Amino acid sequence: MLAGMVTVLSSVCLLLGAFLIISGAVGVLRFPDFFTRMHAAGVTETLATTLILLGLMLLAGWSIMSFKLLLILLFILITSPVASHALTKAALHGNLQPLVNENNEQ
Amino acid sequence: MKHCLSLAFVLMVLWLGNSGHYSPLLLSLGAFSVVFAVWVSHRMDVVDHESQPLHLSGHISFFYCWLVGKIILSNIDVVKRIWLGNKAISPCVARLPLSQKTDMGKVIYANSITLTPGTVSMDIEGATVLVHALTAENIAELKDGEMNRRVADLEL
Repeated sequence: MLAGMVTVLSSVCLLLGAFLIISGAVGVLRFPDFFTRMHAAGVTETLATTLILLGLMLLAGWSIMSFKLLLILLFILITSPVASHALTKAALHGNLQPLVNENNEQ
Repeated sequence: MKHCLSLAFVLMVLWLGNSGHYSPLLLSLGAFSVVFAVWVSHRMDVVDHESQPLHLSGHISFFYCWLVGKIILSNIDVVKRIWLGNKAISPCVARLPLSQKTDMGKVIYANSITLTPGTVSMDIEGATVLVHALTAENIAELKDGEMNRRVADLEL
């Protein structure tokens, strides 16, 4: 009974994570410029990876594997914003002008 | 000293968690590598309050709980806008004040901004951070300053 519930829960996590990764990919293709695409990529590197790793952790149970998955999650959550920041900063210093909505001109 | 001990503890947990073999030979090799790594980092003078932010550890778990909630909410918002298409977004750029005093505080704040989908920190200059956001509401929310205040509170 409990094992069945864990399987269902992990399937839900994995499916939601997969949906979020597809959404992120669609966003990267759909959004108009580099900076807005970074936001779409942000979805895949935060909640999507968290859900997929959580689903895998539920499948692995209390084992050394779960600890390793937790470490992967921590490293992704620490390094991905640094990488995003480095990319946007490089784009900014390369004189790439962000597309700005006329209504929000400040 | 306490920073060295904390580094040794972190390395030990990493080693035990990743090895999975607990024979005396491997455990002593592990202990040796932990001591060696701590000694090398101490000699390199990189073991300090920045690499081992012990003074933050207590409060930061509450902050991360709050941040996870924020991240989930903004993920839902960004995914909604992705499927609605380009008419649902209104990208904008703004320069926001930083009220953190230490470099560590500024890094935590800028990283939290980037970690939340919909906002990316582009540059830090002096006491301001340049933020790119997917919508004007995202900027308005950051301007309210709740995240700024919460990170500044961590420094005490």
